[in-house]
Amino acid sequence: MTTPVLQARGLVKRYGKVTALAGSDLELLPGEILAVIGDNGAGKSSLIKALSGAVIPDEGSILVEGSEVSFSSPIDARHAGIETVHQSLAVAPSLDIAANLFLGRERRRPGVLGSVFRMLDRAGMREEARRQLDALGIMTIQNPGQAVETLSGGQRQAVAVARAAAFGSRVVIMDEPTAALGVRESRAVLDLILQVRERGLPVILISHNMPHVFEVADRIHIQRLGRRKAVVDPKSVSMSDAVAIMTGAMEPPAA
Amino acid sequence: MTTAVVEERDRSLLTRVQHLLHSQATIGPAVVLLVSVIVFALLSERFLTPGNISLILQQVAVVGTLAVGQTIVILTAGIDLSCGAIMVLTSIVMAKVASETGLPGLPALLLGFLVGTLCGLLNGLLVTRLKLPPFIVTLGTLNVFFALNLWYSGSATIRGSDMPSLLLFTGQTFTVGGTRITYGSIMLVLLVAAMAFVLKNTAWGRHVYSTGDDLEASRLSGIRTARVLLSVYATAGLIYAVAAWTLIGRIASASPQAGQTDNLDSITAVVIGGTSLFGGRGAVVGSLIGALIVGVFRNGLALAGVDVLWQTMAVGVLIIVAVSLDQWIRKVKA
Repeated sequence: MTTPVLQARGLVKRYGKVTALAGSDLELLPGEILAVIGDNGAGKSSLIKALSGAVIPDEGSILVEGSEVSFSSPIDARHAGIETVHQSLAVAPSLDIAANLFLGRERRRPGVLGSVFRMLDRAGMREEARRQLDALGIMTIQNPGQAVETLSGGQRQAVAVARAAAFGSRVVIMDEPTAALGVRESRAVLDLILQVRERGLPVILISHNMPHVFEVADRIHIQRLGRRKAVVDPKSVSMSDAVAIMTGAMEPPAA
Repeated sequence: MTTAVVEERDRSLLTRVQHLLHSQATIGPAVVLLVSVIVFALLSERFLTPGNISLILQQVAVVGTLAVGQTIVILTAGIDLSCGAIMVLTSIVMAKVASETGLPGLPALLLGFLVGTLCGLLNGLLVTRLKLPPFIVTLGTLNVFFALNLWYSGSATIRGSDMPSLLLFTGQTFTVGGTRITYGSIMLVLLVAAMAFVLKNTAWGRHVYSTGDDLEASRLSGIRTARVLLSVYATAGLIYAVAAWTLIGRIASASPQAGQTDNLDSITAVVIGGTSLFGGRGAVVGSLIGALIVGVFRNGLALAGVDVLWQTMAVGVLIIVAVSLDQWIRKVKA
């Protein structure tokens, strides 16, 4: 059996009296798109936040390529090669595209200018941003020096995805990437997700949109009441059955 | 590319102006400064005389220096009401320690810088640790620092003749083309240049902008936002101490009652200079221009024989116009 790239075992997270995660597992295999679906309050967000270092689980363990890790901040997860596209996108609107791509990991100029004067390599970062956008086929953005707030919702999403794909060496996690988008823009983002998989990066996709999930996912993780209820194959389970399992109307088929 | 050209043509003149101001926030204030200088020069022959220019520069130096610190605080979507109180407190510390204990100028100055930095650090700690709004924190520390200042000074002014000459250095002048320029004004220009460089060219500068722009996004991007905020308030405190040095030179003494409205004047300069009160947008050069605009307005209107109360009203109108303009620029669309 192949070692999962990213694995969660028995994660528990409580907020006061509310138990968001009640011993949740998750396995992400190399090169796959794993969709995570679940009703509101099923613990999707908490699960994803634990995997991306944004919250620290009370119990349980997280394994990256078979070895246990502990993330105390999003930076730790990033160092482990896990990049997250948050639902809020986590972009600074008044900064330009290149600045956002490199936000929190700016590159400095070589030599004295960089080491003593701490000067940023603006041209280099802009060029690299251009390259990353091209690599993902994001052609609607012409100028990486454009402020993010002047972009449409889909273009902003593309910037956030490009950032994750550019720096994620192991896993890209996307939280509701199509939630705020129109039909055409959603289409472009789904293509982006497939592009990221093409590159060999496995993707965890959190989404409420069943048609989107069934279109791109290789496997579907169904979260219910803080636990993993089932993992199903979108080719053998219908959309309505998946929703039935998600809401508790149906028991999952025996694996 | 062709589509972009077509879109460019479709844009109205107004939209283009909006985009220009959006990408270059200091253009607006620069134009206002230029126009007001021309208008006041036409209104009064004395306006552009070397003596008058020298006077404006001296009047602007203290508030301009405060505005540099105020700018970085406002860029993080904060505000610092305590800047004037920190300045006065540090000016008293520098002057009193030197005049009473005979401490030489340099250590007295450095002690003042340390006090200013610590005051700023206290603001930063209250903002980041207790998670209080900067407005409330600095409203509180404004009173705390001012009370400390009255207590330590015993409400007494320290005369310049009792101080080491280094503390008065900022008020000394040299002459360029008939215009006497104080070293305090030169220091302000150097400080603005240095801060502009740091904000534009370093990662720290970018993090200052992004923290003010979207705190949560910055945190999720791996920026230690609390550390950024702490460093911003501490640096601002240090800059207020530099302003204290300029203040001593300007009034040739250290007075616990000096600079009472300088905190609000520095905010005025920053806002008129095109920096957004909502954070994440603006430039320190704009604040210098903003301080100059206020200085030029007050001086020019005075020379034109306009009553002080109308000068004050003009500044008030400028603030409202500047903030309305900022709101409009923020609505820019692709």
